[in-house]
Amino acid sequence: MKRFLYPLISFSVFLAAWSGALVLFEVPTYLVPSPTAVGNALWLGLIKGQLYPHIWATLSVTVIGYLLGCTIGLLIGALTAEVEFVDRLLRPYVIALQSIPKVALAPLMIVWFGYGMSSKIVMVALMCFFPVFVNTVAGMRSANPALIDLYRAVSASRLSIVMNVKLPTAATSIFAGLEVAVVLALIGAIVGEFISSTRGLGNLIQSASTTLDVSMMFAAVAILALMGILASELLRRLHRRVVFWERPHGSSAAAG
Amino acid sequence: MTATSKSPPKLLLVEGGREAGLQDALSLREVSLSYQTDRGEIPALKNLTFGIKEGEFVSILGPSGCGKSTVMKILSGLLRPTSGEATIAGAEVKGPRADVGIVFQQPTLLPWKSNLENVLVPIRAQHLPIEPNRRRALELLDLVGLGDFSSHYPQDLSGGMQQRVGIARGLVNDPKVLLMDEPFAALDAMSRENMMAELQRIWMATQKSILFITHSIPEAVFLSDRVITFSGRPGRVVDEIAIDLPRSRDISTMSMPEFNQYCFHLRSLFSDRL
Repeated sequence: MKRFLYPLISFSVFLAAWSGALVLFEVPTYLVPSPTAVGNALWLGLIKGQLYPHIWATLSVTVIGYLLGCTIGLLIGALTAEVEFVDRLLRPYVIALQSIPKVALAPLMIVWFGYGMSSKIVMVALMCFFPVFVNTVAGMRSANPALIDLYRAVSASRLSIVMNVKLPTAATSIFAGLEVAVVLALIGAIVGEFISSTRGLGNLIQSASTTLDVSMMFAAVAILALMGILASELLRRLHRRVVFWERPHGSSAAAG
Repeated sequence: MTATSKSPPKLLLVEGGREAGLQDALSLREVSLSYQTDRGEIPALKNLTFGIKEGEFVSILGPSGCGKSTVMKILSGLLRPTSGEATIAGAEVKGPRADVGIVFQQPTLLPWKSNLENVLVPIRAQHLPIEPNRRRALELLDLVGLGDFSSHYPQDLSGGMQQRVGIARGLVNDPKVLLMDEPFAALDAMSRENMMAELQRIWMATQKSILFITHSIPEAVFLSDRVITFSGRPGRVVDEIAIDLPRSRDISTMSMPEFNQYCFHLRSLFSDRL
């Protein structure tokens, strides 16, 4: 219960300060809407259903792109960590591509993949690829050499070493990458929608800005924030469940 | 059974362990090994020759970097010597083989597997039948005093207990030889002495041949039938002494004058070299 109580308190204080400041400094409502106006826009949008197509569009490109980018990042990361040949082949390009702000590629993606969903999916996947890739490589390389020797000493196959030692060792690191990728995925989707789209929350924000509908812009941002929070929380739970052996320090019992 | 028969007479060795005392459980003959690096060859071992008999407990004592771990890797088939020959049970070591158990300096257990599953790692890695070996693994956990902890996870255990899981894992293959690479080095002094007594008990119960690598003189004297001392860079045999102390040894052994004489002798070997 306390988990929700404190954030709820700070949120109420925030809303109160927001409303208070608007009155106190006489901020015009076309610049900053009141919390009630944002709430109203959200409420109406959800009741009338005009927000759903946008939410659905952003959500679907984000989820598909995320799964795609993370899967590719994991697979190529595992190959790079395991096969030196692949590492040498890819390394210069990975470094080059990593230093480019991926957002700068968004217009190009629109040109290549069109105005529909696919360009946004590619954009999201591109954003998600790197954190997962980098963390998979680093995690797998941190596997204990003595454990690998133990498996090699009984002639275990390379695949068996990857599956039994290297990937589980990398799990924590991979999850860290997956969590970073959640945030980047939303950025990728919104940037893609900003540049060119017919629906999506990014599209909604942009069209609201042309009519100075700041309440709607705030409403869209609030939904994005909620999506980000929910996804991160989901991932944290998954992390705790999958990497069950990693417990907070001090909880281990027994001494001998 | 003649020495020229094609396959090593395994059955005879198992059943006639005692009279096969001539047979070395493991041996190194004129083994040298150099590592190739960018700056040329670095010799790690030079003309190493020694053997361990069936059921014998032998320690290699030497300073850090004397190639002790290289010896382990050669015997477990992970490294080929540049020249010379390593044998286990009379057969040359040509690659990884299942009849060697390894215990490392760190427990190196998998935190995502229960203690029982950790003991079974070599069995699963070789795709051997699990059921008969599960019973064996449980017996081994009993032997190392962890029968009640088989379904716990390694991180629930203390360092000494984890190392005992490591020893059970080293024995699960029923290996001919157990190689132990400074297994107690990471433990505190108290657990260390307990583990020494514990290892002696396990060794006496299983009758395995053990090659024990350490740089603790009292540890080597307490545990061994024979102590082989190494010099560093490249590793060479400097001296070899038989430890003629009654078994089973306990704390009182450590206060015997003979015990201290052995320790003094070994210590003087190293101080000469300073």
